[in-house]
Amino acid sequence: MLQIKNLHASVEDKDILKGINLEIKAGEVHAIMGPNGAGKSTLSSIIAGNENYEVTEGEIFLDGEEISELAPEERAHKGVFLSFQYPVEIPGVSVTNFIKTAINEKRKANGEEEMPANEMLKKIREKSELLEMDRKFLSRSLNEGFSGGEKKRNEIFQMAMLEPKIAILDETDSGLDIDALRIVANGVNKLKNENNAVLVITHYQRLLDYIVPDFVHVLMDGKIVKTGGADLALELEEKGYDWIKQEQTA
Amino acid sequence: MELKEKMLASFMAFEEKIKDNEDLHEVRNHAIKNFENKGFPTKKEEAWKYTSLNAILKNDFSVFPKKDNAIEFKDVKKYFLHEIDTYKVVFIDGIFSSFLSSTTHEGLDVCLMSSALTKPKYKMVIDTYFNQIASKEESLTSLNTAFSLEGAYINIPKSKVVEKPIEIIYFSTGNEAALMVQPRNLVIVGENAHVQIVERHQSLNSNPVLTNSVTEIFAQKRAIVDYYKIQNDVQTANLIDNTYIAQKQESRVAVHTFSFGGNITRNNLNFYHQGERIDSTLKGITIIGDKQHVDHYTLVHHAQPNCESHQNYKTILDGQSTGVFNGKIYVEKEAQKTDAFQQNNNILIGDKATINAKPQLEIFADDVKCSHGCTIGQLDESAMFYMQQRGIPKKEAKALLMYAFTSEVTSSIKIPELKAKIARIIADKLGVKMGFDL
Repeated sequence: MLQIKNLHASVEDKDILKGINLEIKAGEVHAIMGPNGAGKSTLSSIIAGNENYEVTEGEIFLDGEEISELAPEERAHKGVFLSFQYPVEIPGVSVTNFIKTAINEKRKANGEEEMPANEMLKKIREKSELLEMDRKFLSRSLNEGFSGGEKKRNEIFQMAMLEPKIAILDETDSGLDIDALRIVANGVNKLKNENNAVLVITHYQRLLDYIVPDFVHVLMDGKIVKTGGADLALELEEKGYDWIKQEQTA
Repeated sequence: MELKEKMLASFMAFEEKIKDNEDLHEVRNHAIKNFENKGFPTKKEEAWKYTSLNAILKNDFSVFPKKDNAIEFKDVKKYFLHEIDTYKVVFIDGIFSSFLSSTTHEGLDVCLMSSALTKPKYKMVIDTYFNQIASKEESLTSLNTAFSLEGAYINIPKSKVVEKPIEIIYFSTGNEAALMVQPRNLVIVGENAHVQIVERHQSLNSNPVLTNSVTEIFAQKRAIVDYYKIQNDVQTANLIDNTYIAQKQESRVAVHTFSFGGNITRNNLNFYHQGERIDSTLKGITIIGDKQHVDHYTLVHHAQPNCESHQNYKTILDGQSTGVFNGKIYVEKEAQKTDAFQQNNNILIGDKATINAKPQLEIFADDVKCSHGCTIGQLDESAMFYMQQRGIPKKEAKALLMYAFTSEVTSSIKIPELKAKIARIIADKLGVKMGFDL
């Protein structure tokens, strides 16, 4: 589904990614872990098409199509979703109106009619219930005055509404208390199926107790230096990252 | 002949024609002398540093338009709040249009300044209020005072809650090659009374227009006044709006100014406090492009204790447009416990757009809360990326962001149909059609 080949990227002439190779198949959950500054968030931004980063080498394929030259919205229309670490506040635009706009822009881009209002409402109701969101929440301005947990829940709500092929969760666990973490993880697990895939980017192992990965990759200094199963995350939690560094230099 | 000389020469003929009473004659004479001494303001004056009238004043404006300029309602319907019932005071080239208007004397006065100025039964009101709060020093206000004749006269008696908004609209037909009009509005809102007013100036073709408007608003004890100014005129129209507001204790007055068009627009908005626990709100949205120019020059004069003022101005400048915000808050020694807030946020989209922002706080009381904040920036790139990531194309994302930027102002519009109208104008300005009412 998502294939990344020898990806190099820089921002303001500083190399951040130095040759990433990654393949995520439909139905899989991957996790990328690593110390601060390893390039985790950069990788997620680049997959989503953030123009602040320059891809200097390598390719990104979505279902076999090279997407690294596409605008962020074009990638979104093709099924890339990024749950932001810091979702942006948009005063004056309600959660409902925002998601309606997002869904209909996607449909428009894919040559479909706008979603009928009753279908939209039904879907909004269903997905907001899945994430245990209050109805009042939906008419509030997007992310304005939301708590950290509400913002993240709203991100996963949007993901549920947009039904992406590949969902990237960038530090979705940060700022979440244990209840919110459980709700968010439960939402992700319910949305997960054999036709989509999830890439979890996280500093801590905590979220991976709930969203269990098939593969765990360790990203250090712009490269994936180690890949393992779910138990690798536990090992990292226990021992930190230094032993991998030593393994590397040994 | 220069416009100044033309105005001075016209004055005697004007006075001859209208046959004022002695008191008014005095007022006009005093005013025209002040204008004669000072002339039109120039950039040499601090208050006009960033706004030049020179180019406009070169037009050969006619100052006494012909009378018979009719327009069809269907052609101008869109400029009204036509979805709802309203009182209307409408002028065409400075002349009252009874056909387009809907005035009243039942339970309140929504009618003509010319009647109020000339009919004996209004003399006491005119003596009490006319030209009482308008500046006698400022030359353009004086020029208006000298020629004051037509405009809206609104008098709301004690405890009257006016059930529908009042629209004041000035149309220019362009039947004159170049037209100067000087509307004069007087609004008196009695104790505990409540009124909503929408004012608009609209040219119907591209012949140059210069409007030098003066509005005096008197809010008595506990009166509530919501005043909205829609400035979405054509690019050959120029507007100098001088608004003076006197507030008595516990009154609440809010003025929202929406500046979306015109060539040069200057808003002189002045609030004077004459009692305690007054609340004043000054909000504005400016969205312009090309070579348009909008200048907001505000004054809140805190003279009594325990009063509040809230200012919030949002500006989006594209092309080579220029914006000015000069906000003066004056707090007298007696005005303890004043809470004065001023916020001015500006976004420059055009590479050649400029903004001059100047907060001016003069505080002589020692126990006050005064704050001001001013920002100048571009659109937030991380917010753009966020919306694009959700599949919203760049242009629409930009528009949504700009709409969000103005929402602190639009959110306090009290008339839903007006709010929808303003949102439509904003969407139109930003060149997008959203799938929902902004």
